[in-house]
Amino acid sequence: MTFVDYYEILGIDKSATPKDIKNAYRKLARKYHPDLNPNDQDAKKNFQQINEANEVLSDPEKRAKYDQYGKDWQHADQEQSSNSHGARYSETSFEGNFSDFFESLFGGSAGAGRSRQVKYRGEDYNAELHLDLIDAYKTHKQTLTVNGNNIRITIPAGIDNGQTIKISGHGGPGIDGGPNGDLYITFSIANHPQIKRLGNNLFTTVDLDLYTAVLGGEIIMDTLNGKVKLKVKAETQNGSKIKLIGKGFPVYKNEGHFGDLYVTYNIKIPINLTGKQKVLFTELSKS
Amino acid sequence: MQTGYLIAVDEFCANHNIEISFISSLQQTGLIEITTIKETGFIDASQLQQLEKFIRLYYELDINLEGIETIIHLLKRITSLQNEIIVLKNRLRLYETNE
Repeated sequence: MTFVDYYEILGIDKSATPKDIKNAYRKLARKYHPDLNPNDQDAKKNFQQINEANEVLSDPEKRAKYDQYGKDWQHADQEQSSNSHGARYSETSFEGNFSDFFESLFGGSAGAGRSRQVKYRGEDYNAELHLDLIDAYKTHKQTLTVNGNNIRITIPAGIDNGQTIKISGHGGPGIDGGPNGDLYITFSIANHPQIKRLGNNLFTTVDLDLYTAVLGGEIIMDTLNGKVKLKVKAETQNGSKIKLIGKGFPVYKNEGHFGDLYVTYNIKIPINLTGKQKVLFTELSKS
Repeated sequence: MQTGYLIAVDEFCANHNIEISFISSLQQTGLIEITTIKETGFIDASQLQQLEKFIRLYYELDINLEGIETIIHLLKRITSLQNEIIVLKNRLRLYETNE
Protein backbone atom coordinates (compact mmCIF):
# COMPACT_ATOMS: atom_id res chain seq x y z
CA MET A 1 0.00 0.00 0.00
CA THR A 2 1.56 3.26 -1.05
CA PHE A 3 0.90 6.82 -0.03
CA VAL A 4 -1.34 8.64 -2.48
CA ASP A 5 -0.65 12.34 -2.97
CA TYR A 6 -4.12 13.74 -3.62
CA TYR A 7 -2.78 17.25 -4.16
CA GLU A 8 -0.47 16.00 -6.87
CA ILE A 9 -3.28 14.05 -8.53
CA LEU A 10 -5.37 17.20 -8.78
CA GLY A 11 -2.34 19.29 -9.72
CA ILE A 12 -2.75 21.73 -6.84
CA ASP A 13 -0.67 22.68 -3.82
CA LYS A 14 -1.50 22.29 -0.18
CA SER A 15 -2.69 25.85 0.15
CA ALA A 16 -5.41 25.33 -2.48
CA THR A 17 -8.77 26.85 -1.62
CA PRO A 18 -12.01 24.85 -1.93
CA LYS A 19 -12.66 26.75 -5.15
CA ASP A 20 -9.24 25.76 -6.52
CA ILE A 21 -9.98 22.14 -5.64
CA LYS A 22 -13.37 22.26 -7.30
CA ASN A 23 -11.95 23.84 -10.44
CA ALA A 24 -9.06 21.37 -10.62
CA TYR A 25 -11.44 18.45 -10.14
CA ARG A 26 -13.89 19.69 -12.77
CA LYS A 27 -11.13 20.24 -15.28
CA LEU A 28 -9.69 16.76 -14.82
CA ALA A 29 -13.11 15.09 -14.54
CA ARG A 30 -14.08 16.54 -17.90
CA LYS A 31 -10.92 15.08 -19.33
CA TYR A 32 -11.15 11.60 -17.84
CA HIS A 33 -14.83 10.99 -17.08
CA PRO A 34 -15.80 7.50 -18.32
CA ASP A 35 -18.86 8.95 -20.07
CA LEU A 36 -16.49 10.94 -22.25
CA ASN A 37 -13.97 8.13 -22.68
CA PRO A 38 -15.96 4.96 -23.30
CA ASN A 39 -13.97 1.71 -23.12
CA ASP A 40 -10.82 3.56 -22.10
CA GLN A 41 -9.39 1.75 -19.10
CA ASP A 42 -6.62 4.32 -18.55
CA ALA A 43 -9.13 7.17 -18.42
CA LYS A 44 -11.28 5.19 -16.02
CA LYS A 45 -8.32 4.60 -13.72
CA ASN A 46 -7.39 8.27 -13.83
CA PHE A 47 -10.97 9.27 -13.12
CA GLN A 48 -11.10 7.00 -10.09
CA GLN A 49 -7.94 8.63 -8.78
CA ILE A 50 -9.14 12.19 -9.22
CA ASN A 51 -12.53 11.24 -7.84
CA GLU A 52 -10.88 9.84 -4.75
CA ALA A 53 -8.67 12.91 -4.41
CA ASN A 54 -11.70 15.16 -4.70
CA GLU A 55 -13.63 13.04 -2.22
CA VAL A 56 -10.98 13.74 0.39
CA LEU A 57 -9.88 17.27 -0.39
CA SER A 58 -13.34 18.73 -0.94
CA ASP A 59 -14.46 17.58 2.50
CA PRO A 60 -12.87 19.84 5.17
CA GLU A 61 -12.93 17.12 7.81
CA LYS A 62 -11.34 14.50 5.57
CA ARG A 63 -8.87 17.00 4.20
CA ALA A 64 -7.77 17.95 7.72
CA LYS A 65 -7.31 14.30 8.61
CA TYR A 66 -5.42 13.65 5.39
CA ASP A 67 -3.19 16.67 5.99
CA GLN A 68 -2.60 15.57 9.57
CA TYR A 69 -1.80 11.91 8.93
CA GLY A 70 -0.84 11.96 5.26
CA LYS A 71 2.14 9.71 4.80
CA ASP A 72 1.63 8.28 8.28
CA TRP A 73 -1.77 6.96 7.38
CA GLN A 74 -1.15 3.78 9.38
CA HIS A 75 -1.51 5.74 12.62
CA ALA A 76 -4.93 6.93 11.58
CA ASP A 77 -6.30 3.39 11.73
CA GLN A 78 -6.57 3.25 15.49
CA GLU A 79 -8.27 6.59 15.81
CA GLN A 80 -10.58 5.72 12.97
CA SER A 81 -11.71 2.38 14.31
CA SER A 82 -14.25 3.86 16.68
CA ASN A 83 -15.78 6.17 14.07
CA SER A 84 -19.04 5.08 12.53
CA HIS A 85 -19.77 5.86 8.91
CA GLY A 86 -22.90 6.95 7.15
CA ALA A 87 -24.79 4.80 4.72
CA ARG A 88 -22.85 3.71 1.70
CA TYR A 89 -23.56 6.01 -1.16
CA SER A 90 -22.01 6.81 -4.43
CA GLU A 91 -23.18 9.52 -6.77
CA THR A 92 -22.10 8.04 -10.02
CA SER A 93 -21.87 4.54 -11.27
CA PHE A 94 -18.14 5.01 -11.67
CA GLU A 95 -17.30 5.58 -8.07
CA GLY A 96 -16.18 2.88 -5.70
CA ASN A 97 -12.82 1.20 -6.30
CA PHE A 98 -11.06 3.55 -3.92
CA SER A 99 -7.40 2.91 -3.27
CA ASP A 100 -6.16 0.84 -0.34
CA PHE A 101 -4.70 4.05 1.02
CA PHE A 102 -8.12 5.71 1.04
CA GLU A 103 -9.75 2.70 2.66
CA SER A 104 -7.11 2.63 5.40
CA LEU A 105 -7.55 6.29 6.17
CA PHE A 106 -11.28 6.69 5.76
CA GLY A 107 -12.68 3.20 6.00
CA GLY A 108 -13.45 2.61 2.36
CA SER A 109 -16.04 4.23 0.20
CA ALA A 110 -18.39 4.13 3.17
CA GLY A 111 -17.02 7.53 4.00
CA ALA A 112 -17.82 8.87 0.59
CA GLY A 113 -21.12 10.44 1.48
CA ARG A 114 -22.72 13.00 -0.78
CA SER A 115 -25.82 15.04 -0.83
CA ARG A 116 -28.04 13.21 -3.33
CA GLN A 117 -29.42 9.80 -2.40
CA VAL A 118 -30.33 8.27 -5.73
CA LYS A 119 -30.41 4.91 -7.43
CA TYR A 120 -27.92 4.34 -10.20
CA ARG A 121 -27.33 1.42 -12.45
CA GLY A 122 -24.11 -0.42 -11.89
CA GLU A 123 -20.94 -0.03 -13.86
CA ASP A 124 -20.69 -1.64 -17.29
CA TYR A 125 -17.94 -4.23 -17.58
CA ASN A 126 -15.88 -4.83 -20.69
CA ALA A 127 -14.15 -8.09 -21.47
CA GLU A 128 -12.34 -9.63 -24.40
CA LEU A 129 -12.89 -13.20 -25.50
CA HIS A 130 -10.40 -14.97 -27.77
CA LEU A 131 -11.67 -17.54 -30.25
CA ASP A 132 -10.20 -19.23 -33.26
CA LEU A 133 -11.93 -19.29 -36.63
CA ILE A 134 -13.25 -22.82 -36.10
CA ASP A 135 -14.86 -21.79 -32.76
CA ALA A 136 -16.51 -18.83 -34.42
CA TYR A 137 -17.83 -21.05 -37.23
CA LYS A 138 -20.29 -22.88 -35.00
CA THR A 139 -22.82 -21.72 -32.42
CA HIS A 140 -21.45 -22.85 -29.09
CA LYS A 141 -21.66 -22.17 -25.38
CA GLN A 142 -18.91 -20.87 -23.16
CA THR A 143 -18.72 -20.30 -19.45
CA LEU A 144 -17.09 -17.06 -18.35
CA THR A 145 -16.15 -16.02 -14.86
CA VAL A 146 -16.99 -12.40 -14.14
CA ASN A 147 -16.28 -11.09 -10.66
CA GLY A 148 -16.39 -14.59 -9.25
CA ASN A 149 -19.70 -15.48 -10.92
CA ASN A 150 -19.93 -18.02 -13.71
CA ILE A 151 -21.96 -16.92 -16.69
CA ARG A 152 -22.86 -19.37 -19.43
CA ILE A 153 -23.29 -17.63 -22.73
CA THR A 154 -24.20 -18.78 -26.20
CA ILE A 155 -21.95 -17.46 -28.93
CA PRO A 156 -23.82 -17.46 -32.24
CA ALA A 157 -22.02 -18.78 -35.31
CA GLY A 158 -20.61 -16.05 -37.51
CA ILE A 159 -19.42 -13.69 -34.79
CA ASP A 160 -16.84 -11.32 -36.28
CA ASN A 161 -13.42 -10.26 -35.10
CA GLY A 162 -13.82 -7.03 -33.09
CA GLN A 163 -17.57 -7.49 -32.68
CA THR A 164 -19.02 -6.66 -29.26
CA ILE A 165 -22.07 -8.26 -27.70
CA LYS A 166 -23.95 -7.09 -24.62
CA ILE A 167 -24.94 -9.40 -21.79
CA SER A 168 -27.55 -7.42 -19.91
CA GLY A 169 -27.42 -7.27 -16.13
CA HIS A 170 -24.03 -8.95 -15.75
CA GLY A 171 -22.04 -5.77 -15.11
CA GLY A 172 -21.40 -4.16 -11.74
CA PRO A 173 -24.10 -4.21 -9.09
CA GLY A 174 -26.55 -1.32 -8.99
CA ILE A 175 -26.06 1.41 -6.42
CA ASP A 176 -28.68 1.93 -3.73
CA GLY A 177 -31.10 -0.45 -5.40
CA GLY A 178 -30.39 0.57 -9.00
CA PRO A 179 -30.20 -2.05 -11.74
CA ASN A 180 -27.00 -3.93 -12.50
CA GLY A 181 -24.77 -2.71 -15.28
CA ASP A 182 -24.16 -4.70 -18.45
CA LEU A 183 -21.30 -6.87 -19.58
CA TYR A 184 -19.81 -6.10 -22.99
CA ILE A 185 -17.77 -8.84 -24.59
CA THR A 186 -15.54 -8.04 -27.54
CA PHE A 187 -14.40 -10.98 -29.63
CA SER A 188 -10.88 -11.41 -30.84
CA ILE A 189 -10.74 -14.11 -33.51
CA ALA A 190 -7.33 -15.45 -34.39
CA ASN A 191 -6.24 -15.85 -37.99
CA HIS A 192 -6.48 -19.34 -39.45
CA PRO A 193 -3.28 -20.65 -41.01
CA GLN A 194 -4.91 -21.48 -44.35
CA ILE A 195 -8.19 -19.64 -44.46
CA LYS A 196 -8.76 -15.89 -44.36
CA ARG A 197 -12.07 -14.30 -43.58
CA LEU A 198 -13.65 -11.05 -44.67
CA GLY A 199 -17.17 -10.63 -43.40
CA ASN A 200 -18.99 -13.82 -44.35
CA ASN A 201 -16.66 -14.73 -47.18
CA LEU A 202 -13.67 -17.01 -46.85
CA PHE A 203 -10.52 -16.99 -48.94
CA THR A 204 -8.06 -19.80 -49.38
CA THR A 205 -5.36 -21.03 -51.73
CA VAL A 206 -5.01 -24.60 -52.97
CA ASP A 207 -2.07 -26.17 -54.71
CA LEU A 208 -2.72 -27.70 -58.10
CA ASP A 209 -0.31 -29.94 -59.96
CA LEU A 210 0.66 -28.84 -63.44
CA TYR A 211 -0.92 -31.78 -65.19
CA THR A 212 -4.36 -31.26 -63.62
CA ALA A 213 -4.10 -27.55 -64.37
CA VAL A 214 -3.31 -28.24 -68.01
CA LEU A 215 -5.58 -31.20 -68.65
CA GLY A 216 -8.33 -30.57 -66.09
CA GLY A 217 -9.54 -33.03 -63.47
CA GLU A 218 -10.83 -33.25 -59.93
CA ILE A 219 -9.31 -32.44 -56.60
CA ILE A 220 -10.51 -32.80 -53.00
CA MET A 221 -10.03 -29.82 -50.70
CA ASP A 222 -10.70 -29.14 -47.01
CA THR A 223 -13.16 -26.45 -45.94
CA LEU A 224 -14.33 -25.46 -42.47
CA ASN A 225 -17.37 -27.63 -43.15
CA GLY A 226 -15.63 -30.78 -44.36
CA LYS A 227 -14.11 -31.86 -47.65
CA VAL A 228 -15.41 -30.77 -51.04
CA LYS A 229 -14.68 -32.11 -54.52
CA LEU A 230 -13.66 -29.50 -57.09
CA LYS A 231 -13.79 -29.93 -60.83
CA VAL A 232 -10.78 -28.22 -62.32
CA LYS A 233 -11.17 -26.91 -65.86
CA ALA A 234 -8.52 -27.72 -68.40
CA GLU A 235 -5.99 -24.93 -68.99
CA THR A 236 -6.48 -23.42 -65.55
CA GLN A 237 -4.11 -20.51 -65.05
CA ASN A 238 -1.95 -19.93 -61.99
CA GLY A 239 -3.62 -17.48 -59.59
CA SER A 240 -7.07 -17.95 -61.09
CA LYS A 241 -9.97 -17.90 -58.64
CA ILE A 242 -13.19 -19.80 -58.32
CA LYS A 243 -16.13 -19.07 -56.04
CA LEU A 244 -17.92 -21.78 -54.09
CA ILE A 245 -21.29 -20.31 -53.29
CA GLY A 246 -22.55 -20.97 -49.77
CA LYS A 247 -19.30 -22.57 -48.61
CA GLY A 248 -18.14 -19.51 -46.67
CA PHE A 249 -18.76 -18.38 -43.11
CA PRO A 250 -22.17 -18.57 -41.42
CA VAL A 251 -24.08 -15.29 -41.45
CA TYR A 252 -24.37 -14.01 -37.87
CA LYS A 253 -27.80 -14.75 -36.36
CA ASN A 254 -29.11 -15.88 -39.74
CA GLU A 255 -29.16 -19.64 -39.46
CA GLY A 256 -28.73 -21.62 -42.65
CA HIS A 257 -27.17 -18.72 -44.54
CA PHE A 258 -23.52 -18.72 -45.48
CA GLY A 259 -21.10 -16.51 -47.34
CA ASP A 260 -18.96 -17.78 -50.20
CA LEU A 261 -15.58 -19.46 -50.35
CA TYR A 262 -13.05 -18.07 -52.82
CA VAL A 263 -10.35 -20.49 -53.88
CA THR A 264 -7.17 -19.33 -55.59
CA TYR A 265 -5.20 -21.95 -57.51
CA ASN A 266 -1.48 -22.13 -56.96
CA ILE A 267 -0.03 -24.25 -59.72
CA LYS A 268 3.01 -26.26 -58.69
CA ILE A 269 5.65 -26.71 -61.35
CA PRO A 270 7.18 -30.20 -61.21
CA ILE A 271 10.76 -30.41 -60.00
CA ASN A 272 13.49 -33.07 -60.25
CA LEU A 273 12.40 -34.00 -63.77
CA THR A 274 13.66 -37.28 -65.17
CA GLY A 275 15.48 -37.35 -68.49
CA LYS A 276 12.39 -38.71 -70.20
CA GLN A 277 10.21 -35.96 -68.75
CA LYS A 278 12.65 -33.34 -69.95
CA VAL A 279 12.52 -34.79 -73.44
CA LEU A 280 8.73 -34.77 -73.38
CA PHE A 281 8.61 -31.16 -72.18
CA THR A 282 11.10 -30.20 -74.88
CA GLU A 283 8.89 -31.84 -77.48
CA LEU A 284 5.91 -30.00 -76.07
CA SER A 285 7.73 -26.69 -76.24
CA LYS A 286 8.38 -27.21 -79.94
CA SER A 287 4.85 -28.18 -80.80
CA MET B 1 -36.26 3.63 -29.88
CA GLN B 2 -37.35 0.28 -28.51
CA THR B 3 -40.58 0.52 -26.59
CA GLY B 4 -40.88 -1.26 -23.31
CA TYR B 5 -41.16 -0.27 -19.71
CA LEU B 6 -42.21 3.35 -19.18
CA ILE B 7 -41.16 5.52 -16.26
CA ALA B 8 -43.06 8.65 -15.32
CA VAL B 9 -40.93 11.76 -15.78
CA ASP B 10 -41.91 13.30 -12.45
CA GLU B 11 -41.13 10.07 -10.64
CA PHE B 12 -37.77 9.84 -12.35
CA CYS B 13 -36.97 13.45 -11.45
CA ALA B 14 -37.99 12.96 -7.84
CA ASN B 15 -35.83 9.86 -7.61
CA HIS B 16 -32.80 11.54 -9.13
CA ASN B 17 -33.41 14.85 -7.42
CA ILE B 18 -33.37 16.80 -10.66
CA GLU B 19 -35.63 19.45 -12.16
CA ILE B 20 -38.33 18.45 -14.64
CA SER B 21 -37.22 21.42 -16.75
CA PHE B 22 -33.92 19.64 -17.39
CA ILE B 23 -35.76 16.66 -18.89
CA SER B 24 -37.90 19.03 -20.96
CA SER B 25 -34.78 20.73 -22.28
CA LEU B 26 -33.30 17.38 -23.25
CA GLN B 27 -36.51 16.58 -25.09
CA GLN B 28 -36.51 19.94 -26.87
CA THR B 29 -32.97 19.40 -28.11
CA GLY B 30 -33.94 15.93 -29.32
CA LEU B 31 -31.59 14.13 -26.97
CA ILE B 32 -34.40 12.07 -25.46
CA GLU B 33 -37.96 11.17 -26.39
CA ILE B 34 -40.86 11.55 -24.01
CA THR B 35 -44.10 9.65 -24.49
CA THR B 36 -47.19 11.47 -23.25
CA ILE B 37 -50.09 9.38 -22.02
CA LYS B 38 -53.08 11.17 -20.53
CA GLU B 39 -51.04 14.34 -20.06
CA THR B 40 -48.32 12.53 -18.13
CA GLY B 41 -44.82 12.34 -19.60
CA PHE B 42 -43.04 9.01 -19.62
CA ILE B 43 -39.50 7.96 -20.45
CA ASP B 44 -38.89 4.60 -22.05
CA ALA B 45 -36.58 2.42 -19.95
CA SER B 46 -34.33 1.91 -22.97
CA GLN B 47 -33.32 5.58 -22.67
CA LEU B 48 -32.39 5.40 -18.98
CA GLN B 49 -28.73 4.66 -19.48
CA GLN B 50 -28.31 7.58 -21.86
CA LEU B 51 -30.39 9.86 -19.64
CA GLU B 52 -28.29 9.09 -16.59
CA LYS B 53 -25.23 9.93 -18.65
CA PHE B 54 -26.76 13.33 -19.48
CA ILE B 55 -27.45 13.91 -15.80
CA ARG B 56 -23.85 13.16 -14.88
CA LEU B 57 -22.52 15.43 -17.60
CA TYR B 58 -24.85 18.26 -16.64
CA TYR B 59 -24.80 18.11 -12.86
CA GLU B 60 -21.39 16.69 -12.11
CA LEU B 61 -19.26 18.13 -14.86
CA ASP B 62 -21.18 21.37 -15.32
CA ILE B 63 -21.55 20.83 -19.05
CA ASN B 64 -24.44 22.74 -20.55
CA LEU B 65 -26.94 21.31 -23.02
CA GLU B 66 -25.08 22.61 -26.07
CA GLY B 67 -21.94 20.94 -24.73
CA ILE B 68 -23.81 17.69 -24.15
CA GLU B 69 -25.18 17.76 -27.69
CA THR B 70 -21.69 18.28 -29.07
CA ILE B 71 -20.25 15.51 -26.90
CA ILE B 72 -22.93 13.04 -27.94
CA HIS B 73 -22.35 13.89 -31.58
CA LEU B 74 -18.60 13.41 -31.22
CA LEU B 75 -19.00 10.17 -29.26
CA LYS B 76 -21.18 8.83 -32.08
CA ARG B 77 -18.47 9.78 -34.55
CA ILE B 78 -15.85 8.06 -32.40
CA THR B 79 -17.97 4.90 -32.28
CA SER B 80 -18.46 5.02 -36.02
CA LEU B 81 -14.74 5.51 -36.62
CA GLN B 82 -13.88 2.70 -34.20
CA ASN B 83 -16.22 0.40 -36.13
CA GLU B 84 -14.58 1.47 -39.36
CA ILE B 85 -11.15 0.68 -37.88
CA ILE B 86 -12.37 -2.82 -36.97
CA VAL B 87 -13.62 -3.38 -40.53
CA LEU B 88 -10.34 -2.12 -42.00
CA LYS B 89 -8.26 -4.21 -39.61
CA ASN B 90 -10.26 -7.28 -40.60
CA ARG B 91 -9.67 -6.46 -44.26
CA LEU B 92 -5.96 -6.00 -43.58
CA ARG B 93 -5.82 -9.50 -42.11
CA LEU B 94 -6.50 -10.83 -45.61
CA TYR B 95 -3.08 -9.65 -46.65
CA GLU B 96 -1.20 -10.61 -43.52
CA THR B 97 0.94 -13.71 -43.62
CA ASN B 98 0.69 -16.14 -40.75
CA GLU B 99 3.75 -16.39 -38.58
